[in-house]
Amino acid sequence: MTDTIVAIAGVSKRFPGAAQSALDAVSLDIRRNEFFTLLGPSGCGKTTLLRLIAGFAMPDSGEISLDGNVLGQTPPNGRPINTVFQSYALFPHMSVAANIAFGLEMLGRPRETIKSRVAEMLRLVRLDGMGERRPAQLSGGQQQRVALARALAPAPKVLLLDEPLSALDLKLRREMQIELKRLQAETGITFVFVTHDQEEALAMSDRLAVMRDGAVMQVGTPDSLYDAPANLFVAEFIGEANFWPATCIEKSGASGRFSIGNGNDIVSVTEAQMVAVGEKATLVVRPERIAIGEPKPGMLHGKVETAVYRGSDLVVHAALAGGGSLRARLPGTTAADAVIGREAGFTFPADAARVFPA
Amino acid sequence: MRSISTSPSLLAAPAALFLIVFMLVPVGLMIYVSSLERGAFGGVAWGSHTGIAYEKLLFERDLTGQISFNSDYIAIILRSLRLAAITTAITLVLGIPTALYMASLPPRHAAFMLFLVTVPFWTNLLVRNFAWILILRNGGPLDSALAATGILTPPLDILYTPLATGIGLTYSFLPFMILPIYVALERIDKRLIEAAFDLGADRWRVLSRVVLPLAAPGIAAGAILVFVPCLGAYVSPELLGGGKSLMIGNLIQAQFGASRNWPFGAALALVLLLVLLLSLILVARIKRREQAAS
Repeated sequence: MTDTIVAIAGVSKRFPGAAQSALDAVSLDIRRNEFFTLLGPSGCGKTTLLRLIAGFAMPDSGEISLDGNVLGQTPPNGRPINTVFQSYALFPHMSVAANIAFGLEMLGRPRETIKSRVAEMLRLVRLDGMGERRPAQLSGGQQQRVALARALAPAPKVLLLDEPLSALDLKLRREMQIELKRLQAETGITFVFVTHDQEEALAMSDRLAVMRDGAVMQVGTPDSLYDAPANLFVAEFIGEANFWPATCIEKSGASGRFSIGNGNDIVSVTEAQMVAVGEKATLVVRPERIAIGEPKPGMLHGKVETAVYRGSDLVVHAALAGGGSLRARLPGTTAADAVIGREAGFTFPADAARVFPA
Repeated sequence: MRSISTSPSLLAAPAALFLIVFMLVPVGLMIYVSSLERGAFGGVAWGSHTGIAYEKLLFERDLTGQISFNSDYIAIILRSLRLAAITTAITLVLGIPTALYMASLPPRHAAFMLFLVTVPFWTNLLVRNFAWILILRNGGPLDSALAATGILTPPLDILYTPLATGIGLTYSFLPFMILPIYVALERIDKRLIEAAFDLGADRWRVLSRVVLPLAAPGIAAGAILVFVPCLGAYVSPELLGGGKSLMIGNLIQAQFGASRNWPFGAALALVLLLVLLLSLILVARIKRREQAAS
């Protein structure tokens, strides 16, 4: 495939003395000019994978190629890949300008080129006039921008970002998310971004890979992962969802009918390939796909326990008659229907539910 | 009752007392002694002041009382400065790679190396210098080893030369160079080194552009810790140099011993103190200028 820039093929890595592999036969294709995110809980191997791409560690087996060339044992200084570190790792003994110039100097660029490129980078990250300052004189957000400018200055083929926003407060993080998207679009450089924050990953990525225990669980666009999680882990990790234990009672083709809880509530699901009749399963439905109404057969029966009005929507918690609980996000206009204590019926479109074997 | 924390002057009292008793009083006493006339049978004639001790640094009087310029003592001071500077340079050249190697080791091995570096301190300095006499003397292990390889023909004739003094000083003060540099290297954030590699620097440029500049305070501390005691070193020049080419430390010792010229000894000691202060100020100045420049 021509638009693949980083090809990761069957890469495994186990650290000496560790019981489990940090990475277990991971394969991924990262495309040119995309904002790609490695998402997962801590210890899932996402940072290890990033370090393998950067060249700080070498895979035990498998191959990583850049632009069609196998990287093999090439050290970090031989790879046109730069990293933005979690702690920024700015050189404290150099000015901001000298930090940004460092990579260009290592490439042996002429002095004049370096000077204009540094000025261009300072403008790009909106730090004009700060070139002579020391990193210690800057705020956390400004240091973050310097780290970005330093890594972008040599125009790498791929920019790796290792949880770069985790040290910032919420407001600054939101700003930097937008800033990173802008920088990626303006420079046209492929960004590989590591985070454990699923909201951040959904907001920023063109595509993302969800990782767990050293393996890739699913790769796709944010909406495909949100709407069609491939397994329970991805469904749980990305966004909010209801998880109901269910039993398959009938199937016709891909679709099926399921009894939920004690068996009184029967619902239809269009995509139920993974389970057969009589099998136990887990039904996953996003809260915003649920509607409320008069209780009728074919609905989930429950009693409204709390209803929190939030302007744009109404968050309802209900205790299901068959056991378990339900969380729904209803449009604000239906506030009158969700009276606390009311016995109500809840429905969702048959294509809104995902079914996984229990 | 006032608590201790509300009276910082009380907290500073032990330090102040220490400085007064062990620093100001001895230096004051030396200044006073250097201004006195020497006693007829050694010691000093208390109460009779003269500038003769300082005159002796630069001039000499012959028997008829004629005054002429005498550069002997200046030469000794310069020779001591040179030896201290050379020793500092050699310990830098040996100490920096050693400290770099130690800092690159896993913590357990580094702790063992640290232990090895400090082992010489377990034995008295005098004993260690005597050991070097045995090693360096003609017919000693070094002599016979070099003779056996055919590199040099015996006798080696190293002992009782400035070279032997240099070897002894380098040996004695190398740990004082290694330890502060190691501590400085150890404190460097390893991610800075990764960042430098990531930005395309090779090993040499990671070292010259990132590691050594960040370790500069430790290197400066090591240089001072070696240079200062070397300048006034007494044992190595006496034992290994054979006392043949006088160093300022030996000269001072001689004034209080065989020469029985306390005022001149005190004056020399003050000159040594002044030279040290000046070199420390110089180092501080260079450091400040470098900081301003970068």
